[in-house]
Amino acid sequence: MKDTSHINPLENEAIYIFREVAAQFEKPVLLFSGGKDSITLVRLAQKAFWPAKIPFPLMHIDTGHNFPETIEFRDRLVEELGLELIVRNVQDSIDAGKVKEESGKYSSRNSLQTTTLLDAIEEFKFDACIGGARRDEEKARAKERIFSVRDDFGQWDEKNQRPELFDMLNGQIELEQNVRVFPISNWTELDVWSYIEKEGIEIPSIYFAHKRKVFLRDGLIWSHSDYVFQEEDEEVLERMVRFRTVGDMSCTAAVFSEAADIESVVQEIRDSTISERGARIDDKRSEAAMEKRKQQGYF
Amino acid sequence: MEVLKIATAGSVDDGKSTLIGRLLYDTKSLTTDKLEAIEKTSKQKGYDYLDFSLATDGLVAEREQGITIDVAHIYFATKTKSYIIADTPGHVEYTRNMVTGASTSQAAIILIDARKGVIEQTNRHFFINNLLRVKEVVVAINKMDLVDFSEEKYNTIKADFEQLMGKRDYEEQKITFIPVSALKGDNVVHKSVNTPWYKGETLLKHLEGLDMAAVSNVGTPRFPVQYVVRPKTEEFHDFRGFAGKVYGGELSVGDEVVALPSQTRSKIKDIYFYDKKYETASRRSSVTITLEDEINVSRGDMLVKVDDLPTIEKQFTATISWMDSQRLTAGSKYVVQHGVNKVLAKVETIHHKINPDYSGIDTDANDLGMNDIAQVTFKLNKPIFYDKFKEHRTNGSFILIDKKSNSTVGAGFITQ
Repeated sequence: MKDTSHINPLENEAIYIFREVAAQFEKPVLLFSGGKDSITLVRLAQKAFWPAKIPFPLMHIDTGHNFPETIEFRDRLVEELGLELIVRNVQDSIDAGKVKEESGKYSSRNSLQTTTLLDAIEEFKFDACIGGARRDEEKARAKERIFSVRDDFGQWDEKNQRPELFDMLNGQIELEQNVRVFPISNWTELDVWSYIEKEGIEIPSIYFAHKRKVFLRDGLIWSHSDYVFQEEDEEVLERMVRFRTVGDMSCTAAVFSEAADIESVVQEIRDSTISERGARIDDKRSEAAMEKRKQQGYF
Repeated sequence: MEVLKIATAGSVDDGKSTLIGRLLYDTKSLTTDKLEAIEKTSKQKGYDYLDFSLATDGLVAEREQGITIDVAHIYFATKTKSYIIADTPGHVEYTRNMVTGASTSQAAIILIDARKGVIEQTNRHFFINNLLRVKEVVVAINKMDLVDFSEEKYNTIKADFEQLMGKRDYEEQKITFIPVSALKGDNVVHKSVNTPWYKGETLLKHLEGLDMAAVSNVGTPRFPVQYVVRPKTEEFHDFRGFAGKVYGGELSVGDEVVALPSQTRSKIKDIYFYDKKYETASRRSSVTITLEDEINVSRGDMLVKVDDLPTIEKQFTATISWMDSQRLTAGSKYVVQHGVNKVLAKVETIHHKINPDYSGIDTDANDLGMNDIAQVTFKLNKPIFYDKFKEHRTNGSFILIDKKSNSTVGAGFITQ
């Protein structure tokens, strides 16, 4: 049996954070993408409040370009756990003329989510949005607080962040402001995978090796799909792949893999020399891509 | 596996980011894509070596100015431990970030540039690690390659630092000196061939060997109630669980406890972690506790053992670290957040400012500015249940919140 006992301090910290959210805020929401990190959050929230139910809803900002496997999984999880799920669609923001669909070879709806998210926060008057971002993922996220205040425009002021000392989380905000909360800030990708293995948490099938129609571009493996623009000379191949991170089909690249169960996935991550976001097409746009999106309110 | 949190302190150009980058590189924690990015940027800048500081300097402004301006967190793991490094900037104006980083750390690395030796900044870095009672301090004497790996130079710096140690008020603190070159990799992960006179361990080996129980500050058990769990379902109709984290020591089923502030006594009936019952709640575990009797306990209250009461007072004196550009003045009011408990507080007296470099105190202080450290007495609108910071790192600390901006404007360590 592998030693995953180091997860304990991280698990305890995450549970503590969830309880602080429930106690300090009136209308929290858990931002749920159907990815492994938000699924892990759901398990931690269950643990924090057991035997009571999770005292806040889940919200999915649906780009309409998700992997169908993720959506099926999402609906099943919500039903099994008896959770409340709110879905808001990027398509509606496009139809309302609030955002413009990108065009061209690298078009993606990923950054359009921000507008839909900010509108939903305003619609429901959410004062705390819990997300599964981790500091090890990306440089800008490494500076993120656990309770991270957003102004009434949803913006992040990275130079004016509240210091966080000891365990103490200051959730005091003004009306119209909200806080982004990151309970698994201090977890690494491997921590999350080890936890999924140890807890036997179910995750969408696309995280495991499967045969998929893909094409190659810029050294990345793209999904062949209606949502992804493909040049005529980009040949469709059928390969054994899996996904390490799950966002939109248009911004998530696959990796070649034979890892078909959780044990082999954990081993693969352990041996990996490529970071998780190395397969995120959205981060490749520029050196400061994430920081810019975050300032505008991206999750 | 264990998790060790480390705060780093060093002045601008002492090579702090390079040291962290070196640790990541030599433990093979840098992934190929990150390494490629570092190689690419180093080349663009015209360096003939790899600029590891690029592995940690995250924000755009930092890359432009080439300095670290906020606390960044870096993660890596070995077979024995998981490490979380809080990379904090060293210049004077960012004392608050150093205090912040040290508050969650069990160990600290203080960097000294071997060419410059112990400078005023070093005093500050050591002072803050003393104030925050960081138990394990490593003094990494860096850039040894630029002083020809001179043993004499190393010994002089060590002796200068030992002078400082005489001034601290924290005898249990353990201090280890290591000569390193972060840029070249000497004594970081791999033992250097250039320092045959150094008989100690490399930085990583030293960290690997730290006993987690020994670096933790253990005190008496305190259980601040965060949240009351009331499922109100058929199966758990009468369930009233007190959710919180155990600090300082352990609590066990059957322990006689008293709830503060009501002073009502009861016994621990069950301890839950998720849906499983445990006999004992370990230090720092997030559990849910039920009591034998139906007593009134809500958020902000505290369960403690009957024979181990904290101080219950409407007033305390503390060393505070001021972190806001708005000045603190006598008579002004703030919210004191003590753990999960919040009370209103009024600044009763500013006794004196403490120079954070061991150069003494300033009794003429009428107000405090950003990065000031001072001895202050507060009056509270309700009693809190505290221990001295010296005796209990968690139950002896608090933060100050500005009532108008809601910002965290200071941190405090209760002295009496």
